[in-house]
Amino acid sequence: MTELRRTIQPVATEKGGGLNLGETLRVSLDSLAANRVRSFLTMLGVIIGVASVVSLMTLGNGASNAITNQVASIGTNSLTIFATSPASRGPGGGGAAITPLDMSNVATIESLRLPIVGPVPQFTSSSTVIAPAANTTANVVGTTATFQEVQSIVMEVGTFISDDHVRSVAQVVVLGAELKQDLFGDGVAIGETVRIAGKPLRVIGVMELKGGGGFGSLDDQAYVPISLAQQRLFSARTANGQLRVNTITVSVLDAKNIDFVQERIEMALRDQRNIAPGAQADFSVINQAAFLSTLTQITGLLTTFLAAIAGISLLVGGIGIMNIMLVSVTERTREIGLRRAVGAQSRDILLQFMIEATVLSLFGGIIGVLVGSILPIVLTAMGTLDAPITPDSVIISLTVAIATGLFFGIWPARRAANLNPIEALRHE
Amino acid sequence: MTAMITIEGMTKVYKMGDIEVHALRGVDVTINKGEFVAIMGPSGSGKSTLMNMIGCLDTPTTGRYALDGIEVSSLNDNQLSSVRARKLGFVFQQYMLLPRQTALANVEMPMVYRGIPAADRKQRAALALEIVGMGNRMDHRPNELSGGQQQRVAIARALAGSPAVILADEPTGALDSKTSEEIMHMLMQLNREQQLTIIIVTHEADVAAYADRILTIRDGVIIDDRRNQRGAA
Repeated sequence: MTELRRTIQPVATEKGGGLNLGETLRVSLDSLAANRVRSFLTMLGVIIGVASVVSLMTLGNGASNAITNQVASIGTNSLTIFATSPASRGPGGGGAAITPLDMSNVATIESLRLPIVGPVPQFTSSSTVIAPAANTTANVVGTTATFQEVQSIVMEVGTFISDDHVRSVAQVVVLGAELKQDLFGDGVAIGETVRIAGKPLRVIGVMELKGGGGFGSLDDQAYVPISLAQQRLFSARTANGQLRVNTITVSVLDAKNIDFVQERIEMALRDQRNIAPGAQADFSVINQAAFLSTLTQITGLLTTFLAAIAGISLLVGGIGIMNIMLVSVTERTREIGLRRAVGAQSRDILLQFMIEATVLSLFGGIIGVLVGSILPIVLTAMGTLDAPITPDSVIISLTVAIATGLFFGIWPARRAANLNPIEALRHE
Repeated sequence: MTAMITIEGMTKVYKMGDIEVHALRGVDVTINKGEFVAIMGPSGSGKSTLMNMIGCLDTPTTGRYALDGIEVSSLNDNQLSSVRARKLGFVFQQYMLLPRQTALANVEMPMVYRGIPAADRKQRAALALEIVGMGNRMDHRPNELSGGQQQRVAIARALAGSPAVILADEPTGALDSKTSEEIMHMLMQLNREQQLTIIIVTHEADVAAYADRILTIRDGVIIDDRRNQRGAA
């Protein structure tokens, strides 16, 4: 039999008033660590939810940036003018013939002496482009020297079309980077001859890759003097003998003048094209800045929509937490009874289970952020998409994850806290 | 002699649907500091209810209960928790140890709820485990211990916080007779050497025989209160 040599002394220091946060955290972590597999499976719902929110938000932002960058590369200060059928803009439209823009309209805009670069007319036609070794179909853009400035084009080799080329109707062509690759591969293109619409044209320049691909790409087009396109390559005569253009672009020097410039051009063209005051014009002036802001709104909406769908999986993850916490409360009824019997207040129990739920959702959220970052980082590294992880997507998804844990943890925790200690102790 | 527990005119009525169950019908008893008391009675006698009252797990319908100078009958749930933490040490039939925690952590656990500093807690827990003869098994988990050893850990847990009263509910109910004897002997020693007030609830006469005083309860009232010669000897 044991000799009881020493005596337990009365407690000298005690704070009372229940548990502090640190102790509760330790108790909660202990019980989560004691059930590792279950804790992980519970977190999995949150991990998947947060990972999809982060990756979809990031990819959505990346895609949105890519689109807006391309539009911005056209120049947000630019106005694009093209002919429309007035009837086609109203209900039950169609029918009325489109009066195309022509060189006289370009001259009119030029005569206004506005604070702009341009006007740059474009006359574009799709055509077969035949090189010595390969041929392909491409847009052949007839334009002027100013096009280079308005579109911020950098030459890889050679020069862009000059005013002299336009004046002299020179048989020269500038190739976009991708088109050059299609026709000449890695070989030299400068000085070679390509045939467009049966005419031999000398390659005088190759543009640097603008990148992005797809939407509005300048890389897979051929550029020729507008006079050549209108007079030699394609038929551009209108009914009244003018030379047709598809679009006229102007770049406004100072963004704050955009509205003023747009108004002046509209007034002058309405006058020239005999549009009665108040009547619908037969041309449109598109403001790139306005277009860009609409586009930004649409892509932003799309990103939010994707994130909201991902948020549903986060919700499901939260329900998973609630489910496991309820099971855990039932399983640990005797433990709760014991803790209550030895002096835990009901709020200590509440806090313990709330912290368990929150720790689950917070850890799940952190792992989810890491997992969700993999795809954007890989895509960015591969150069497919520039999708940097934004702090707001991390903060939003972590906040939502913690809120989910708190929200879905509170019911099980309250059940645990409100257990009658006598019944809890007797629970089998 | 100082009174540790004073109960006067205690009744408890449970409502089960339309039926009123009178679990206690007027209990009067005083237990002094340092007494070793056994409460006996058949099941349904009200002995569990009385134990819950003494253990501050429940409050009486009428009557008064003072524990170590504290009027318990008028306290709210939080205050009752606090009294349990400071004044009582529980020993249960099924030991009630946290399965994944070491013996030391189990003994420390109640003191966590009193805000006793961690170092102090560890020291007290270690001393309590030494006193019950488990000093060399502090790092063992309950599944590595025999039933008797688990109950020793549970006694250490009740002891460590220096309670006014140790309340043991069928402490030998799950043990064989030899181990039961050891456990009861240990409680008796604790009572003698640490001047601890110990109350055990049992329906076994040979367990009750270790106590100085035996209360017998039937139908919600104490029908017998006698000194026990063997325990007093």
